[in-house]
Amino acid sequence: MKALSFLLPNRESLPKTTLDYLSLIFLFLCMLFFLMPLYVMVVTGLKDSTHVSLSTMWNLPTRLTGGGFMEAWQRLLPNLGNSLMLAIPATVISSIIGSINGYLFAKWKFPGANVLFAFLVFGMFIPYQSILIPLIQWLQSIHLYGTIWGLVTVHVIYGLPITSLIFRNYFANLPDELLEAARIDGAGLVRIFTRVMLPLAKPAFVVVGIFQFTNIWNDFLFGVTILPNPQAQPITVALNNLSGSYSIDWNVVMAGALVAALPTALVYIFLGRYFIRGLLAGSVKG
Amino acid sequence: MKTTGTPIEKTLSGGRVIAAGVRTKKTRRRGFNQAWLSPIILTPTMIAIIIFVYVFIGITVWVSLSKWGTLRMNLDLRDPFGFTYLQMFAMPRWHANLRNVVVFTVLFLTLSMSLGLVLALLIDRKLIGHTILRNIFLFPYALSFIVTGIAWRWIFNPETGINLLFDGLGINHLITSLGGPPLKPGWTTDPAVLFSINDWLGHIFPAVKGMSVQLGIPLAMIPVVVAAAWQLSGFAMAMYLAGLSTIPADLREAARIDGATEIQIYRKVILPLLQPVTVSTAIILGHVSLKIFDLIFAMTGSGPGFATDVPGIFVFDMTFKATRYNLGAAASVVMLILVSLVIVPYLWSNLRRR
Repeated sequence: MKALSFLLPNRESLPKTTLDYLSLIFLFLCMLFFLMPLYVMVVTGLKDSTHVSLSTMWNLPTRLTGGGFMEAWQRLLPNLGNSLMLAIPATVISSIIGSINGYLFAKWKFPGANVLFAFLVFGMFIPYQSILIPLIQWLQSIHLYGTIWGLVTVHVIYGLPITSLIFRNYFANLPDELLEAARIDGAGLVRIFTRVMLPLAKPAFVVVGIFQFTNIWNDFLFGVTILPNPQAQPITVALNNLSGSYSIDWNVVMAGALVAALPTALVYIFLGRYFIRGLLAGSVKG
Repeated sequence: MKTTGTPIEKTLSGGRVIAAGVRTKKTRRRGFNQAWLSPIILTPTMIAIIIFVYVFIGITVWVSLSKWGTLRMNLDLRDPFGFTYLQMFAMPRWHANLRNVVVFTVLFLTLSMSLGLVLALLIDRKLIGHTILRNIFLFPYALSFIVTGIAWRWIFNPETGINLLFDGLGINHLITSLGGPPLKPGWTTDPAVLFSINDWLGHIFPAVKGMSVQLGIPLAMIPVVVAAAWQLSGFAMAMYLAGLSTIPADLREAARIDGATEIQIYRKVILPLLQPVTVSTAIILGHVSLKIFDLIFAMTGSGPGFATDVPGIFVFDMTFKATRYNLGAAASVVMLILVSLVIVPYLWSNLRRR
């Protein structure tokens, strides 16, 4: 797709005109704005609780100690584990089902398939507040309320629209002749998927995997409403609790925020290109 | 989705040649047609979606119309019909909610989309460092709203952060030397509403004079808007960059040869071509802002005098704190309707075009 060509390596040119210099200055100022919260988090997180004061927020830490990181790490470690236990299975399962759906919606259309697809995709835009009451009732009735597996199930179900959409866009871009050729060789719907489409779908799996992992990791609403037990809560909920207590140790909270952000930040830093594809693919058009 | 020139692409074009060569009427008949299998395999997914999206929405609508306003479940319909909605629309807190969601959406969309557009246009000039800058600008998108909210809450703490910068950068020195009071806004702790239009509007619609809610921009909303724009302008930038890369270079070249200045090329050629991107981005960010919850929950909650209360927070409070299930459900139905008004036409035009 041409629209993503901006992700390919480009030659960087040196500024020549006044407009070029003005652009660079503006971009530099924006960079300061975008890095500012990160700076604040790192600097505050590295300070001892005795050195965190309102008047020296912007100053660098004077002594190099662990700052708030040790405490943040200890307090959030169980929740970090919960989030991994939650995000990894939910990502894998919803990606697999999404790949099958996407393949069928792209290559094996039947009357009414497009209408069904629209109904499916609408599910990713709804405010989840509008399904929470029956959802919790349902989880309670099958004894999954308050458990990680309950939350995994929820993320799998509500992940189906986006994963199906990204896979459908991907498979739709593969030429139909590929399918025809395999059919002529006697392959059926299932074999074409496992032998022809799946081996070609690796990039789509990377995109969907990263996108889903990030979404699920960053989720808060489902976590806070479905898991009331602090021990079972994902890291976003635990982090919010950490910052909501009355005497806030800002160094611990900031260090905790960095800990909570670390996995998705690493994904972004190392696999950013795929990440951008996912988020653009999520804007419906493929 | 795919980049050109990858190994996959080559395999594909190879496959195309072979397939085109052997596709005759005779061989075609040998291939299986298992199209009937497709809807069968899709059935579980569709059943799940029908139940978990549509039936559940139906149940929520029912709850919003029911008498279930306490911990004890009571699904009898309320009489008069829809009374919970009437109650809700009479609540001053709900008025503040509606004001806030409008203010937030307008400010957030304006800020993040104009910043995103400018960043994209400047990055697209491909000056030194543009790749790393692009990655920095999009980075906040990968973070949780909770992380963003917590960091910005600290920065907008009235005793420190931004207000410290007003002193440190000499801005307050400048203002006091001009005879003004030093700038020290209470940000998220201040219930003040700026640019209140109640008086002015009251001249046209006398009913406004009796309103308990100040129509204007709540001061506490500004930090929230800044935080949201910080997180999502990168998304707008990425959308615009994708749009820009579909504009052929010849077009700019042609305009340049015709004697158009740099500014004219942007105004007359590039911006009009980016209009579809603007529409898509506005719709996606608009529906995010109608649903906004996590960020405000982590930053301010309802805020002083409900200055940052939005429907997402209202639903949470009513459902999980006050256990007024019908009221929470009613608010969530209003959220759903607002989001649908934005999303359904978008989906319609997007999916019909294929």
